[in-house]
Parts: sequence; structure tokens; C-alpha cells
Amino acid sequence: MADLQTYSHDAGWKNTILRGLLYLVLILFAAYYLFPLIVMVSTSLKSLDEIREGSLISLPRVVTFDAWNYAWNEACVGVECTGIKVYFWNSVKMAIPAVLISTFLGAINGYALTKWRFKGANIVFALLLFGCFIPFQVVLLPMSQVLGKLGLASSTPGLVMVHVVYGLCFTTLFFRNYYVSIPDELVKAATIDGAGFFTIFWRIILPISTPIIVVSVIWQFTQIWNDFLFGASFASGENAPMTVALNNIVNTTTGVKQYNVDMAAALLTGLPTLLVYVLAGKYFVRGLTAGSVKG
Amino acid sequence: MGASQSTESNLTARIQRHLSKIVVAPSFAASLFFVYGFILWTGYMAFSKSRMLPVWDWAGLRQYERLWQMERWHVAIENLLVFGGLFIVTCLIIGCLLAVLLDQRIRAEGVLRTIFLYPMALSFIVTGTVWKWLLNPGLGLESMMHDLGWTSFKFDWLVNSDMAIYTVVIAAVWQASGFVMAMFLAALRGVDQDIIRAAYMDGASLPRIYFGIIIPSIRPVFLSAIVVLAHLAVKSFDLVIALTGGGPGYSSDLPATFMYTMAFQRNQLGVGAASAMMMLATVMAIIVPYLYSELRGGKKNG
Repeated sequence: MADLQTYSHDAGWKNTILRGLLYLVLILFAAYYLFPLIVMVSTSLKSLDEIREGSLISLPRVVTFDAWNYAWNEACVGVECTGIKVYFWNSVKMAIPAVLISTFLGAINGYALTKWRFKGANIVFALLLFGCFIPFQVVLLPMSQVLGKLGLASSTPGLVMVHVVYGLCFTTLFFRNYYVSIPDELVKAATIDGAGFFTIFWRIILPISTPIIVVSVIWQFTQIWNDFLFGASFASGENAPMTVALNNIVNTTTGVKQYNVDMAAALLTGLPTLLVYVLAGKYFVRGLTAGSVKG
Repeated sequence: MGASQSTESNLTARIQRHLSKIVVAPSFAASLFFVYGFILWTGYMAFSKSRMLPVWDWAGLRQYERLWQMERWHVAIENLLVFGGLFIVTCLIIGCLLAVLLDQRIRAEGVLRTIFLYPMALSFIVTGTVWKWLLNPGLGLESMMHDLGWTSFKFDWLVNSDMAIYTVVIAAVWQASGFVMAMFLAALRGVDQDIIRAAYMDGASLPRIYFGIIIPSIRPVFLSAIVVLAHLAVKSFDLVIALTGGGPGYSSDLPATFMYTMAFQRNQLGVGAASAMMMLATVMAIIVPYLYSELRGGKKNG
């Protein structure tokens, strides 16, 4: 930290002006980041007539939740007019098992790779880690064939498998880096007392892993909920996740363009991850910086 | 008694050690198959005659030749260079600026940081949807400016095939610049305070302290940020689909959308696989040297 107050040779009044400018610039940037969100909320609360007449920035004269209701219950995705709620639940059914399985596997992998090191453990880890960096386009074609062969094409279990497989490298990375800093003596002492691999994992390691479990769960949830590539490639139709449905609603070419419904649907899709971010921002940032080399 | 106990514990230890391998094995096998196996599979497909259906007949470099003869692929590559370049530079400038500004003992820093970073929590599809609405020529920013009295204001980039790729830059910068800010802010907080104080005592001004001492000392973060952003740029897919759909025509295609179109819509599996391999090669060219230097640096420090 090198700030103006502490490190300035100038007179007081000059500093006051500079600080005023500083806040002005920061507030302008805040406005820039908030602007799309505000427009999104305000558009979703307007009627279509008001949107056509009014301006982008004008707040709704009459607040109506019709667009939200329509987006949730009636909006058409393809030929199915069931609203986005069906796809919301698809995403929930996909995200929860995928997050839990990949986090659990990451935890036990990280534990095995650090506290019970075998010959070649580092190479195994390096090979696992490589999966974090590949552009997923390179696995799309084989994956769609394999999912077809397994009878999992266009299904939620198929998507869960895909997300677990390609999320593993991140969760393993998180837990491995966390467990590296935990003293080995903890495990050694427990082995002398006669505790085994799994006993130590359940009784000693997991109870002290809460922060990294939170990081991993938040990271995986955000990634899986926001995924579009796998959803669009492997689960079009009635099992599509919410992002795919949203894109369908917005980019449909039939009928009158309902901007308010588009915005309501977009907000509904963004709400779960936004909520997670607002409630646990600290852990979200930790995950980002730890697993940041990902698209 | 001591001896027998130690052989026994040696035995358990050996079993435990195997247990460790057994536990990691499924993940390792999955990675071998789904990552390495699939890369080889796609690599082979790019050398096959596959079109509508995957076939195993060898075609040599034919698919790569066809790929590089396609006007659309060249558009996608050029777009990636334009998009990637502008995206990385703009994010770095905004991210660095915001980090320095936030590092001035700002009141409500937490709130501002939360605001700057929240777009990163959103899906690119949501971002694309919002910016598509904001930038649409009929009712978006253009008409807002008209209402404000600036009637000659024209902003049709979204439907202009020469400019559409720049709308992707605008939306992508909005989403990712806060993240760069977070990376830089963390680095700024780690700079040695004593050096700064010493420079100040010597009479250095604040800009000199920043440009002469602080920014050079956080150079590794610039490198990390560039690698992360370049990686994001090469993989960009959702945002283009939601914002421009690759259009008008295919004017805002990127390699990722090109690959998807060829593989899943145009029945050109071979060309799709070849383009995927080109993407992999690009990402590897960025990531491998970076990881190598990181790991080497890590050993040096540890």
C-alpha cells in the first residue's frame, strides 16, 4: 500500500482535491459496472409498451412483475412453452451432484497426494493438473460419442459425469495446495495411535478443511452453473441446463421480441451465482486466484 | 516387543501407502481417458476423412488443408487476434488503474471491490444477453443518447459486420476487468512497505514511487494476468454466442465458435477436430512456458 495521505510532499489543499478526484473516478467506475445490472432490473420490471416508448435509463413508471412471471412459467424454449423454471431445476439437478462428487474426490485425492505420498505422486498430480488448461473444444467430439455409447446423451447424469471429470483437476489442485501446508506430524501422530488412512481423513483432515471445502464448492458451483459449452453440446432439449434455455429464449426468432422477459430470464439465471458471490465473496475470490487459469 | 510392533506398523504403513494409490487411481484413470485419450482421439479424427460421421480412414493433412483454405477460419483467427489483443490490454489498464486507486485507504473499499468484481460471478450468457440489449441500435444506448439530445449519435456495432467483434471486447472487458483488479490489489498489498518509505524519505513523488518501485516489483502479476486473460480469450465461446451469435454472417466468429459450428451444425467433423487441435496448440504455447517458469521459480524459492 502506497497511498496519497501517507506519501505526499504536497500541501493539504492539493491533496484534498486529489482525493476528491480519486473518489469521483472510483464512483464513475462503480457506475459503469452497475449500469448493466440496473438496466437489467429496471427493464425486467417494465411493460413492453413502456420499453418501446421510454428510455433505457428511465425507471419503470409502473412496476410490474409480469415479465418475471412469464419468464419463469410460460416462456418458450424451442417449442416447449414451460417457462425457464424447468431448466432451473435441470441446472440444480446437474450442479448439486456434480459439485459434491467433484469436491469429495478432490479432497481425498489432495489428502492422498500430500499425506500418503507414493512414488510418482508429483507426476500423477502434474498429469491431473494438465486437464485444467485444455480448451474443452478438444474433447467435445469424443465426449459426445462416448456419452452416446453409454446411453447418457442429452441427459442430466451425462452432464454430471462431464462436469465431475473436468472439474476434478481444479478440486484436486485446491485441496492439494491446502493440505501441503498442514503439518505432516498431525497425520504421523495419528498413525502411531493406530488410526488408518480413512479414519485420519474423516476424523482429522476433513474437520479442519472447512475453508477449502467452501472455496471448492463455490468454485465448482459457479463453473457448473454458468457452463454453456457442455450444456449446449451434450444436453439440448428438455434436459438442457438454464444457460442453454436462456440463450434459446433470447435468440429465438419467432414472435415479438420481449425484452423484459429476456432480462427477467437473464436475472433468474444469474441470481444463484450472484447470491453465492454476495454471501461468500471472500471464498469466491480465493477460488478465482487459485484456479484462475480457466475459461 | 518393540521390534514386532514396528514390523507390524511397517506392514500397515505399506498397506496404507497402497490405499493412497488406490484412492487416486480412479481420478487418474478418468484423466488419462477423458483428457489424454480424448486429445489423441480428436487428434486422430483431424487426420481422418470424417465428415458427417466419424470414420477411421486416414486422410493425412487433408482436413488441415481444408481448414486453412476456409475464409471463415481466417476471419476467426483475425478476430481472435483483435479481440484477444484489445481484451488483454484494456483489462490490464483498467484492472491496474482500479487497483492503484483502491489502494489509497479508500472508505468503503469493500463495497467498491464487490461492485467491481461481481460481473465475474455471472455466466457469459447472462453478460451477453444484457449487452445485446444495451447495444441494440433500436432501443439501447443509441436511442438513450437521442433522448438525451445527442440526435446524431450512431452506434450500430452489433449489426455492423466490421465492428461486431468490438462489442464482444466491450462486454468481455466489463466482465473480466474486475478480476484483474483483484489480482493486482492482492499484489500491491504484498509490496514491501520499507522500500516505499525509504523512497519517500529520499523525496520521491507518488507517481515516481509507483512507476519506479511498485509496478516493477509486481511484474510477475502482469505475466500471470496476461496468461489468464489470453487463456480466457482463446476459450471465449459463450459470450460470442449470446451477444452476436458469431454474426452478422460469420463476421464475429472466434475459433471456439468456428469449431462448434463445424462439429455440431455443419457436419464437418474432420475440420472441427483440426480447428480444435489448433486451439489446443495455441493454449499450450501460452501455458506450457508459463507453468514451466512458475514451477522452476517455485523450486528456487522453496
